[in-house]
Amino acid sequence: MRTVRSVPYGVIRAALHFSALLPLVVLVVRALRNDLTANPIQAATQATGDAALWLLTLSLACTPLSTLFRRSIFNRLRRPLGLYAFFYAALHVLMFVGVDYAFNLRQLADAFLEKRFLWVGAPAFLILLALAVTSFTYWMKRLGRKWKRLHRLVYLAALLVVAHNAWAVKGNLTTLQGDILQPLAFGMLILLLLAARLVRRSRRPAQPARRGIHHAPAPTPITTQAPDHG
Amino acid sequence: MKREFLKSIHIPSSEITPEELYLSRRNFIKLGGAALAGAALAACAPDLLTAETASPTSVVSNSGIVDELGDPATSYDAITTYNNYYEFSTGKAEPARLAGNLTLSPWQVEVSGRINRPRTYSVDELLTAFTPEERVYRLRCVEGWSMVIPWTGFELGELIRQAEPAGSAKYVRFVTLSRPEEMPGQRSAMYPWPYTEGLRLDEALNPLTLIATGLYGKPMPAQNGAPLRLVVPWKYGFKSIKGIVKIELVEEQPETFWNRIAPDEYGFYSNVNPERPHPRWSQATERRIGENGRRDTQMFNGYADQVASLYAGMDLQKEY
Repeated sequence: MRTVRSVPYGVIRAALHFSALLPLVVLVVRALRNDLTANPIQAATQATGDAALWLLTLSLACTPLSTLFRRSIFNRLRRPLGLYAFFYAALHVLMFVGVDYAFNLRQLADAFLEKRFLWVGAPAFLILLALAVTSFTYWMKRLGRKWKRLHRLVYLAALLVVAHNAWAVKGNLTTLQGDILQPLAFGMLILLLLAARLVRRSRRPAQPARRGIHHAPAPTPITTQAPDHG
Repeated sequence: MKREFLKSIHIPSSEITPEELYLSRRNFIKLGGAALAGAALAACAPDLLTAETASPTSVVSNSGIVDELGDPATSYDAITTYNNYYEFSTGKAEPARLAGNLTLSPWQVEVSGRINRPRTYSVDELLTAFTPEERVYRLRCVEGWSMVIPWTGFELGELIRQAEPAGSAKYVRFVTLSRPEEMPGQRSAMYPWPYTEGLRLDEALNPLTLIATGLYGKPMPAQNGAPLRLVVPWKYGFKSIKGIVKIELVEEQPETFWNRIAPDEYGFYSNVNPERPHPRWSQATERRIGENGRRDTQMFNGYADQVASLYAGMDLQKEY
């Protein structure tokens, strides 16, 4: 049985799904209990957005963590975490477009023209959408080397999401005043994770296959995308 | 289920790209669709579920109190549990939980500046000197939501006139208390504490401008700005400063809290203006707490008759 130390991978996977679905369960329970504040649409939109941001950041942390701890288990968590991030982002978009604005195209068009947070949020979502759709083995084979380049856009998406967060609440990114703590903290963390990837890339030239039961031989240091079943 | 839900509504591909949601292996999308439908239903119609829940309070009051346009007042519960009071917390529900920490008595309000009669009032002295009455006003938050609130208060104009402003007095400046030991948000360096606000003198003297000391005929809860707060109903809610300790008549336009944080977003006047977009939120529409759809925002929050003349000749796109 494949394990990390003595924990079966199945248990880890179950824990991941449980934790990732927890924000949704909490949200639904609170909604049913009328516990979503007097403005439940805003609360639900923010809750799904926060969950997406958290999961996206966790997904980005996987590769640096796998390098740090030399445990490929983190690599297996990257895709499901990323897909969950997309899932919450999709709920978030649907709350905004479908529930808050009730698919009112005129109001949405006005909002898109004026609102900075939508100018960064929409492309961020589209990137996540593209990455979610292409996250499967079929696409990895079909796109080949381009797949890796495409999926590096996740860092751009993450930074756009940070700007989106700051501009959707009362945070001023230039003066670092206002509701800036969450976007700032995530922004710094994401830049750190990006730096970790770049440093690793510049330090390690192509290596022969690494020992490990979880992935196929890696042609370049960054690519640890084994066709696994996570 | 989510896929079918979306395909039943025609959406141009510029808004959403539904075919990409054709992710057949995603069991959790189906789960999410069910959950989303449940959450959306619950969010849109909280009253449907009140029969089954532990806290069956509606967000709209059944007291029969309405504003002058006939819209019902927001419930006391909603008004007192959904607050932007960053001195306590940036969360909306937290001020109600933390408000008990605030010492409301003794409380002094200093009235000073370019006036002939500077003095300090205690809250009791204020309530004796000026007679509070009930005023039902709309409150429109800059975030895009609004409420109808039955305040109890007296006109700020009465207090100012008693203070006898000098000829050099052009503006009124307000300051909130500074008490980080009871208001944890004030320990954050990300905000320029203490909260300050300001009005032009004629705005302060307008009959609508209220110093509010109560809510629904009861004493003001701390999370709503006890023991006294300003209410300027034709401006965005952040102008209605809470927890006032100082009212000063000044010659220069005062700095205001949100203007210091983001000058291009929060102007000195901040009149409710659907024609002036805000970078973050729609100002053309708003969500009245308790309603399902968004409603069109009215110029000056529906108080144009009473206040539009204050701004005659001003370019409200520039002086926002």
